[in-house]
Amino acid sequence: MRQRVRLYAAVAAGGFRRYATYGTATAAGVFTNTVFGFIVAFTYAALWDQRPGLGGYDRAQALTFVWVSQSLLAAGAFIGGGFQEEIQERVRTGDIAVDLYRPADLQMWWLAADLGRSAFQLLGRGLVPLVAGALAFQLALPSDPWRWLLFLVSVVLGLVVSFAVRYMLGLLAFWLMDGSGINLMATVVSIFFSGMLLPLTVFPGAFGEFVRVLPWAAMLQVPMDVLLGVHSGAGDAVGALGFQAGWVLVLLGAGRLLQSAATRKVVVQGG
Amino acid sequence: MVDDDALISLDGVEKVFDVRRRVSLMRREKRQVRAVDGISFAVARGEMVGYIGPNGAGKSTTIKMLTGILNPSGGRLRVAGIDPARERVRLAHRIGVVFGQRTTLWWDLPLKDSYGLMRRMYRVPRARFEENLERCVDRLDLAELLDVPVRQLSLGQRMRGDIAAALLHDPDVLYLDEPTIGLDVVSKAKVRGFLRQLNEERGTTVLLTTHDLQDIEQLCERVMVIDHGRLMYDGALGGLHAAGSAGESERTLVVDLERELAPISVPGARVVKVEGPRQWLAFPAGQSAAPLVSAVAAEYPLVDLSVREPDIEDVIARMYAGRD
Repeated sequence: MRQRVRLYAAVAAGGFRRYATYGTATAAGVFTNTVFGFIVAFTYAALWDQRPGLGGYDRAQALTFVWVSQSLLAAGAFIGGGFQEEIQERVRTGDIAVDLYRPADLQMWWLAADLGRSAFQLLGRGLVPLVAGALAFQLALPSDPWRWLLFLVSVVLGLVVSFAVRYMLGLLAFWLMDGSGINLMATVVSIFFSGMLLPLTVFPGAFGEFVRVLPWAAMLQVPMDVLLGVHSGAGDAVGALGFQAGWVLVLLGAGRLLQSAATRKVVVQGG
Repeated sequence: MVDDDALISLDGVEKVFDVRRRVSLMRREKRQVRAVDGISFAVARGEMVGYIGPNGAGKSTTIKMLTGILNPSGGRLRVAGIDPARERVRLAHRIGVVFGQRTTLWWDLPLKDSYGLMRRMYRVPRARFEENLERCVDRLDLAELLDVPVRQLSLGQRMRGDIAAALLHDPDVLYLDEPTIGLDVVSKAKVRGFLRQLNEERGTTVLLTTHDLQDIEQLCERVMVIDHGRLMYDGALGGLHAAGSAGESERTLVVDLERELAPISVPGARVVKVEGPRQWLAFPAGQSAAPLVSAVAAEYPLVDLSVREPDIEDVIARMYAGRD
């Protein structure tokens, strides 16, 4: 057991270092996230000036939502850029065979590598936009370290949910052979249903209730609410993390089922 | 034939793929492809065996079944006493695999990072790992490559790196799927030398697929030929040439003339190809080239010439035609 943990820790460390080797790409990403942050922040500012208290947030909270979302954008691979395209490519070329004969679990391997990537992108792509936003706007960042800790746990759970969804999309390559259509749709869905476009609390009625219980809500909306103190009581916060943990279990489980179906039908390219 | 003393044994192993083809907008046709069609053989511990055949013959499919990533559709298969498809993970600790056209190394990271990962994945004790790595680094000439990201390695360097990666956990069996593909002469020699040493000193059993007859000639005493999913030949390499000659094996005399000419006529040979001033003449493999050479030189403006032995594809093609 301890050896397994060490293996996947080493895989995660490799995932981290791997993305750290691309300095220029990281710098370009930071620039993009910051510019995007300003565009969306001005839009939100205008919206919340017209409709104060929209979605239960005040102006500073809404702007915090914007900047922290930008900080999590790359880490959570909300607009792609994770391993999903890579796994599809490996299936298409048959390189997946190399992954399959190893004495390691495919899902855990990719999870570890992806969390390593996320950790790098949280630091490399996340900090600068957040600092830029905090300098330019008045944000509602908490001062309570306990809240930050809860937020961090919630972010990690959100990243695992995001992984679990993308893992299944990646595995679809075993049946589809070309994942570009699926990937495009997945990006649109994740931008909207995670709350990246607009906080999900903004949507009223049954539709609002519905989008807030989907797995994508666990990726961004829930961590944001934890950070903003919407779940003020300890019980509330535990409930929010429990909601995420529930999706983690369901989606990783579904991924395992899909994985065993996929490996059973391995169509290996080339005689 | 079931030989459980053997390290690798196959008995009537089959692999059938269902291929679905769209014949019209609404209709799909299901067709079965028998990639491996009833193969039986046994490989003893310490043997080094060549497994050859043309593209699409079923070589890689066999190797994939031997690693457990493909399930045989029929027959019985054992590696080191293990049923690969059932106990893939347990088997993984006993085998090493190198797919020449793929890599197990971590593309963006220095070579040594991949080795560290192998150590953890295969749970190799540190002292053992250090020893094995040192030996591989020394013999495969990897010392200066350890800190280089894999994406910056040349094909030959990467291949050596991959071979080392497959051996760090002391596998009993090494499968090599075209380990010299695309390599230059020097790299090929290095790889072959290393494999020979590995087999001699450590007794590692090696199953090697290749298109390069020289790989086989220099490494394997025994060769198996597969075509259309069936084992066509299993025996000594020398016998393969004889088996090929049983059909009408031919050698080729390549002549360079001073200028372009119509196909020349020489008794005992026939022109099979003309390309500018160069012409290819086929003649029976058992016959001496000397009278042909003097006949050509006497009648035509000859610049240069060479004799080509039948290559492996040729021999196999002839064998296959001979049995039909």
